[in-house]
Amino acid sequence: MTRMADPLALLRTMLLIREAEMALARLFADGEVPGFIHLSVGQEAVAAGVCSALGPQDSVASTHRGHGHAIARGVALDGFFAEVLGRASGVCGGRGGSMHVADLNRGMLGANGIVGAGAPIALGAALAHRIRGTGGVAVAFFGDGALAEGALHESLNLAAIWRLPLLLVCENNGWAEFSRSDTQVAATLSAWSAAYGVPHAEVDGNDAAAVAAAAAEAVEALRRGEGPRVLEARTHRWRGHFEGDPQRYRDAEDAARAAGHDPIARSRAALLAAGVAESALHAAEAEARDAVAAAIAGARAAPAAEWADARHGAYAPAES
Amino acid sequence: MVQAINRALAEALAEDPAVILLGEDIGAAGGPFGATRGLQQRFGPDRVRDTPISEAAIMGAAVGAALTGLRPVAEIMFMDFVTLAMDALVNQAAKARFMFGGQRGVPLVLRTPHGGGLSAGPQHSQCLEAWLCHVPGLKVVCPATPADAYALLRSAIADPDPVVVVENKALYAMKGEVPDAPEPIPIGRARIVRPGRDATIVAYGAAVHWATDAASLLAAEGIEAEVLDLRSLQPWDEAAVLESLSRTHRLVVAHEAVEAFGVGAEIAARMADAGFDELDGPILRVGAPFTPVPFARELEAAYRPDAARIAAAVRRTLD
Repeated sequence: MTRMADPLALLRTMLLIREAEMALARLFADGEVPGFIHLSVGQEAVAAGVCSALGPQDSVASTHRGHGHAIARGVALDGFFAEVLGRASGVCGGRGGSMHVADLNRGMLGANGIVGAGAPIALGAALAHRIRGTGGVAVAFFGDGALAEGALHESLNLAAIWRLPLLLVCENNGWAEFSRSDTQVAATLSAWSAAYGVPHAEVDGNDAAAVAAAAAEAVEALRRGEGPRVLEARTHRWRGHFEGDPQRYRDAEDAARAAGHDPIARSRAALLAAGVAESALHAAEAEARDAVAAAIAGARAAPAAEWADARHGAYAPAES
Repeated sequence: MVQAINRALAEALAEDPAVILLGEDIGAAGGPFGATRGLQQRFGPDRVRDTPISEAAIMGAAVGAALTGLRPVAEIMFMDFVTLAMDALVNQAAKARFMFGGQRGVPLVLRTPHGGGLSAGPQHSQCLEAWLCHVPGLKVVCPATPADAYALLRSAIADPDPVVVVENKALYAMKGEVPDAPEPIPIGRARIVRPGRDATIVAYGAAVHWATDAASLLAAEGIEAEVLDLRSLQPWDEAAVLESLSRTHRLVVAHEAVEAFGVGAEIAARMADAGFDELDGPILRVGAPFTPVPFARELEAAYRPDAARIAAAVRRTLD
């Protein structure tokens, strides 16, 4: 029996992601975030829905647009913000930043700066779960742009041959960086899943409850040992490829249309229709705001990352 | 040497259930060079896994498995094919410990054969180890004898970080004793193969044997060359090289890989600094010329470094 995700919990996760990313957008504009960041605003339902189907033993490999995955996976906000701001208390000590947020004790195998690279890593995690008999499954998030990467095809082929508990989740936002993905990928994901004999399900990626249900169904099949699954969530990228992207390649209507599919507004309306009091939703919103504000204050107060701590960090300390 | 590798793999598989092997044709076929013969029958297809011809996924899966509690030993059939696995090796395996703030290492091993002498041509003969030595986070070893192949592979599998074990194809058939209870060889420790007082020849892999032959040629002329087998390229035993140099005051570095921008260049640069006061002659390198490895027997023979070239370099540095 498929476990139903708690719709209010899904909303809470999405609110936390949205708050965190909009705060990052402001911090980035103010010059407080070093480097560059890729926001998943508008895509929160996919991260929240998929991660709601996972248990603590499971593994997740994420992407460059990975803040939502990390937060939905339960990476502590303090360590998350401190990492993205490059502080010593960051979950990776300020050595990775936005594109490498990882929390291995939570099975969060990392955001990834290389498009498509998460798939073979999740494949290996799925293999480890199988061989070690943990009962765990592995999830690889990727975007539609990654469909043109060979590593993804190799991984799906291998997962199919070995019938590994691997869920490949495509966040299909229509964009491959600065280009429409339909100009870059000849096959649909459903066609190529079929070619490898892997069941493919498509879900409205702006509907957190639908994503959660589809992910739960897929994860249960993985745990039954039925082999890999592909879940394609159609969603929208509200912002540029990276923060500060002028998006000259995109017409204003497209961006406006995207905002018409707000997964949070949708989830909120559904909850109200189901009789949840508006005050409960306001409380959830305030909770998310407070949590993010506290994490940012903590990160700002934290000491800067120290080179002396990082200098010898490439290898395990030599045994004496 | 393949028997020594096979024994190291078998013992590691027997001792630690987290050790798995994966690679192309390593199971039922026993590996393209026989290094994994019999292991799938003994340890089962789950732990000794035949993969499709998918180097990127093999290496990437090894990274994911290593981050999830296994100690994978991956095989890439020819070192030339690591080009197809470089993202997983360079951007993922090498970086994870550092960029995740030391949360966890990536205890994987990549076994891969390099080297010529088999007329295998430009895409099956390259020595690309310098590329990997250049990447912080990776370790690279290259054994010259069966005993070292055994012990270095055991050390590599036990290591908490990713280690590339480069095996020389021309040495696979080499015979040699591996003791019943071999001493462990720590990664990063060189060994003196042949002592000598007049010049130091630093080499690794097949070049160790050319260097030893060169030392014999030179001995007939009254020149006593010391031969040092690096065994480990990243990290390399700077102290041992400096110690030898401080006795001989002359240094030649020899390898099968292309000379330009190679391991020899790094050693020469370090010794030009740390060993400056000890040097009584130029540091010379002996490596392959700056072309792809040719196929025809005559061309390959002309291409590959040998004992005569190493001996000539020693004479030159003594001039």
